[in-house]
Amino acid sequence: MTTTTDNTARSRATRRRRAKSAVAGTGYHLFSGVMAAIFLVPILWVTLNSFKTRAEANQATPTWFPHSWSLENYGALASYGNGIGVYLGNSLVLSTLVVIGTVIVTVFAGYGFARFRFRGKSLLFGTTLLILMVPYATILIPLYIVLGWLHLSNTVIGLALTLVMFQMPFGVFLMRNSFESIPRELEEAALVDGCGPIGALRYVSLRLVTPGIVTVALFSFLASWNEFLAPLIFLNDDRQYTLPLMLVGASTGLYGAVNYGSLQAGIVITIVPVLLLYLALQRYYVSGLVNGALRG
Amino acid sequence: MLATSSDDVAVARRTRRSPRKGSALTDRPGLGMLFVAPLAAIVVVLFLIPLGVLVFMSFQDWPLLGGPKPNGIANYQAIPSNSLFTGAITFTLTYTALATVAIFAVSFVLVAVSNSHRPGAKAYRTAFFLPYVVGTAAAALIWFAAVNDQNGIANTILQDLGFTKGPWGFLDTPGQALFTTLTLVVWKFIGFQVIVLLVGLQAVPAQLYEAARMDGASTLQRLRYITLPFLRPTLALLLILSITGSLLAFDQFQVLTHGGPDNGTITLVMAIYNTAFSRFDLGKAAALSVVLLVALVLLNGVQLMFLRRKDDQ
Repeated sequence: MTTTTDNTARSRATRRRRAKSAVAGTGYHLFSGVMAAIFLVPILWVTLNSFKTRAEANQATPTWFPHSWSLENYGALASYGNGIGVYLGNSLVLSTLVVIGTVIVTVFAGYGFARFRFRGKSLLFGTTLLILMVPYATILIPLYIVLGWLHLSNTVIGLALTLVMFQMPFGVFLMRNSFESIPRELEEAALVDGCGPIGALRYVSLRLVTPGIVTVALFSFLASWNEFLAPLIFLNDDRQYTLPLMLVGASTGLYGAVNYGSLQAGIVITIVPVLLLYLALQRYYVSGLVNGALRG
Repeated sequence: MLATSSDDVAVARRTRRSPRKGSALTDRPGLGMLFVAPLAAIVVVLFLIPLGVLVFMSFQDWPLLGGPKPNGIANYQAIPSNSLFTGAITFTLTYTALATVAIFAVSFVLVAVSNSHRPGAKAYRTAFFLPYVVGTAAAALIWFAAVNDQNGIANTILQDLGFTKGPWGFLDTPGQALFTTLTLVVWKFIGFQVIVLLVGLQAVPAQLYEAARMDGASTLQRLRYITLPFLRPTLALLLILSITGSLLAFDQFQVLTHGGPDNGTITLVMAIYNTAFSRFDLGKAAALSVVLLVALVLLNGVQLMFLRRKDDQ
């Protein structure tokens, strides 16, 4: 008798616990789902709006879902200033230059720091990390003057070099650590086999630090694609504007009365590449945060 | 090679750490310098020289289109009586305090949600993080469109949920504009903080929780005596990042509020930018930059001290 009661009591307790955890699970998903929705709604909303007709996207009573789907807002962007294609191209050129520049500079420097001994090594490394300490907004004005001296003001090259500079601390730190984690015996074996130092770097180590390179490239792409203040200061000519500059211009009526549909179409064009890139390379992004951005 | 003894591994590890004398590569300092040369050139030309120019500039009367004239510490002396600067300093400090509190408060909730082993937790984490990848200017433009008084969706939502009867003026007063920008900032930046906190949480040994649970520690006690001490360096880092990031705010206010209404939402960086490129006064802009720079370097120094003390323990 007692055992049965015990068993029933126990099974009742188990059942209660299960029911409790099921309730907790539902509550968890209800709450988290609402939170996640709040974070996704702004992105979904601009995307939906961008596919409405111009009239619907600008009407006084806003709608959630398009009554009729249309590419009108995207088409209208062609007549903004020099046309959206020019600004998209500028953004692509700038980001590509920054990615290539950052990767070249930081791979070489990371290799130099990890493998060689030379005078002033720690001084240079420390000074590079110091860039992180100096808020970049405070040195953009003197940079503007210095770029003028170099005849690089108002050029995409000058802007790209500046953005490379701001990516260097993170990139050099990450690349140095990547190279340090590779046994130098591998390279020395290559040297014995008749490779030059550049060959050893190219054929042996470079392949092993590819994850680090992808991470550096990803971070520098995202940073330069999204950058607003530096292009605002360095670029004076509308033909050189990047997407964020052009869009902010559109929001202030630089290209005629504000058309919210087209503005949102422009936002979608600007954010879709970075969102896709992040989703595709999420692994590298998080490892970059953990290994570089946080320790650096 | 096949029979690698543990001694070999130890040797390999040691050589990896410290450059061994007589190695084929380490003994060629010239080559090493060649590899770091591009970096060194950029550091000198685009970092050290501009830094020097900034300090020099702050002691000059320097109109944007014209040459510099030395004027001593006049630019610094003028800061307290410059209402644009003092207003910007007050506003930026207010914004920094509110943004930091808001981001910390919301991030704890989202971390609790994301740190679950339930199916779906990963998807929630991605949702919280996605806005961080969106550029600040683009994010501010989403808000700009959502709160515009012609057809913004934000007021429709508020009214449908019964929060307000008539339209709410998201940007009507400096207070409202600040609040609206804070919602944008939480949305945009919280994902970073959540990911960093999650990484920090993974470093807490699970056995500690087990042991504490067996000893009868409550959830709150486990949080207080296990989680918090382990997270302290992470929290210190996030606090500094949030403060320094907020002190440098520019994009969100430039794009969303344009510093208005009544110049009520002008940040320090906006004040610097406007002084240099609208008022063409490089000297005054540089002096304010130097003040901001010193403040941030001090803040970072405090952070380093915290982290170092952690390492000593």
